[in-house]
Amino acid sequence: MLYDFKKKGEHEMDKVMSDKKVILLYVLPALILIMTIVYVPIILTGYYGLLKWDGIGEKTFIGLDNYSKLLTDSMFWKSTYHSFLLAAFSVISLGAYLLVSVILSGKIKGSNLFRKIYLVPMLLSSVAIAQLWMKVYHPTNGVMNRFLLSIGVENPPLWLADTSIVLYAIFLPIIWQYAGFYILIYYAALKNIPESLVEAARIDGASPWQIAYKIKVPLIAGVIKVTIVLAVVGSLKYFDLIYIMTDGGPNGASEVMASYMYKQAFRMNDFGYGSAVGFFLLLIALTVTWLIRKLTATKEEVQY
Amino acid sequence: MFKKTLTMLLLILFVSIFALTACGSDDETDATDDAQGTSDNDTEEVDDGTDEDGDDGDGVKEEVTIDFMHLWPAGISAGQNRIVNEIIDQFQDEYPHIKVEQEVLENEQYKTKLQVVSSSNQLPDVGMTWAAGFMEPYVQGNLFSPLDDILDDPFRSSFVSGTLEAYSVDGVNYAFPLELNIAPIYYNKGIFAEHGLDVPETYDEFLNVVETLADNGVAPIALGNRDRWTGSLWYMYLADRIGGESALNSAIDRSGSFENPALIQAAEETQKLVNMDAFNRGFNGLSNDEAKSEFLNETAAMYLMGSWELPNFTTNEDIPQEFRDNVGFFKFPTIEGGEGDLDSWVGGPGVGLFVAENSEVKEEAKLFVKYFVEKWGEQSVTGAGVIPGTAVDTSSIDLPQLYIDVLNELGNASNITLFADVQMSPGVAEVHLNMIQSLFGNDATPEDFAKTHEEALAEEE
Repeated sequence: MLYDFKKKGEHEMDKVMSDKKVILLYVLPALILIMTIVYVPIILTGYYGLLKWDGIGEKTFIGLDNYSKLLTDSMFWKSTYHSFLLAAFSVISLGAYLLVSVILSGKIKGSNLFRKIYLVPMLLSSVAIAQLWMKVYHPTNGVMNRFLLSIGVENPPLWLADTSIVLYAIFLPIIWQYAGFYILIYYAALKNIPESLVEAARIDGASPWQIAYKIKVPLIAGVIKVTIVLAVVGSLKYFDLIYIMTDGGPNGASEVMASYMYKQAFRMNDFGYGSAVGFFLLLIALTVTWLIRKLTATKEEVQY
Repeated sequence: MFKKTLTMLLLILFVSIFALTACGSDDETDATDDAQGTSDNDTEEVDDGTDEDGDDGDGVKEEVTIDFMHLWPAGISAGQNRIVNEIIDQFQDEYPHIKVEQEVLENEQYKTKLQVVSSSNQLPDVGMTWAAGFMEPYVQGNLFSPLDDILDDPFRSSFVSGTLEAYSVDGVNYAFPLELNIAPIYYNKGIFAEHGLDVPETYDEFLNVVETLADNGVAPIALGNRDRWTGSLWYMYLADRIGGESALNSAIDRSGSFENPALIQAAEETQKLVNMDAFNRGFNGLSNDEAKSEFLNETAAMYLMGSWELPNFTTNEDIPQEFRDNVGFFKFPTIEGGEGDLDSWVGGPGVGLFVAENSEVKEEAKLFVKYFVEKWGEQSVTGAGVIPGTAVDTSSIDLPQLYIDVLNELGNASNITLFADVQMSPGVAEVHLNMIQSLFGNDATPEDFAKTHEEALAEEE
């Protein structure tokens, strides 16, 4: 009885879904919503980039002036370089996350607990993380320098105040912040691999290292590609910890594209130029995503 | 199966409630406004019925609501918030047909919101602005209403001289100051006594104090230069004491140049202080709040900051009494051979009240602003420790000695140089602040420092 009902329901469903008008009806609300809150503002941002506008008064159309100024703005390219550096570090750290997940997904004691431990930073808000690490990096009272002093380092680094190391000092919490997220993704993907494949490999005499490297990793290649894109794009548009911990300083040493955009628009009241930076940020992120997809494209997916 | 459907249903319910409330918030507040408006009406009718004072004529006035946006949340600025509410209550009692609705945001959020609402021309009827460079784009964009028409005489002369000018563009006044601050150097009497130091009267004595403290492993000065305007205060004082009050002002208003030798020398002196280890370690990475805690924890001996910090050194019960009794202040000492005057201060008005040009209730908003400023002047020092832009009669109120001393200094001031980053337009201010950080970090030479300023200022001309 129940079976029949279900069958009938499915049949109805098929009929409904083959009607183009009905499909449109279902898709349209979401489409309109995403158009008005995502795509229209993107186009507007590109347009604002063509204006001389302080965000308050008159708008004057100045053509591509903002964009050509951008191309010669050394501070913008410096911040772009910093963003790409962050992207590079994020991608490298993906390797470490993968290793941790492979170990966690093996049948070891307490892997459940560890998985949760790694996930905790992700549950904290960025502001809390920033406050926490500002305390860690405090030049005189910070945990880091207290420790360095106690083991006899005479002049411990100034961390966030030193223009040559501030960027790396701030990368650490950023990477730490997202560790749990990627470990969780990898862990879930690894857990999806059928046990029988691992069993078969083990019977054939493969070492645990070989199982991980030759069997597990190729099988989750699709997920790895996605995480690379996520890590790179996430890094390119990164903003929060930098804004709170150093505000791009000292002297622009930790400025990234998004913080530079914010500064131009909201501190210097140059909405036109800020929009141009924002639009460029989008273009860069799109290009990089496309490049990564191209570079990592394979002819066939590895199948189970 | 059933459980799953239930969860899904709940989820959809939550999401739709969220979406509805988020999208409909505007309409909804309007609706409550109306509701409150009518209830007000009802009570008024009852009033009219009971008392026969002849107020009936006023009773026909149309109900209006003034939107008032300010930056004193109850959590962070309890004193100010309390006074704001009291004044609004009094105002509403006096003018029953006017209702004041508050929107309260924290400082940085306030700045951002003000900019966003002004780009869509939806400023609140009454709001807060900072002086000079900050408000200029708003004035140019015709967003603020001129207030000269309500600036009649006893009211105009109640302001401390020079404060109204900071809110004027081309001689027209656009906002009334609520705060006025000067920046003395606070010092810890205990630390000074411990090292046998006296309050320095000349700059050489000051350098001697710095050297003695640094040699004894005490951070002489607490400075949080991540915020940059903090370092700017030091530079401004040095510029004032070396080149006189006009040096920096004329460079900024373009009657002079930033490549004035006095301004370059001030930059050299700044770096000399840095190289003497005058400031706490890692100052370029610390916020002003972190630096303040160095001073409060008695790990740093001096702290150059605005008089808005006075409550922390006098009345704030969260800070140990012992420490508060130990804090004194001195004026930035004069430099031998310099043109500066000991009674010249760095400081200026903080926030002021504006009325939006396209407000639908402009008359009532102006009435409110004037009322607010007058009442604020009477209560702000005693109630919130805020020195108002209007003159305060120190003889008639009971205040901690430190307050009275600062207020007297304010009365005797020969000049108050407005904070450089407020004086400059936002674009140049950003250059200035970045250069301050580079100068303190020894990343820029004094010559580069002056040259970059000159270029930025010249470009704006």
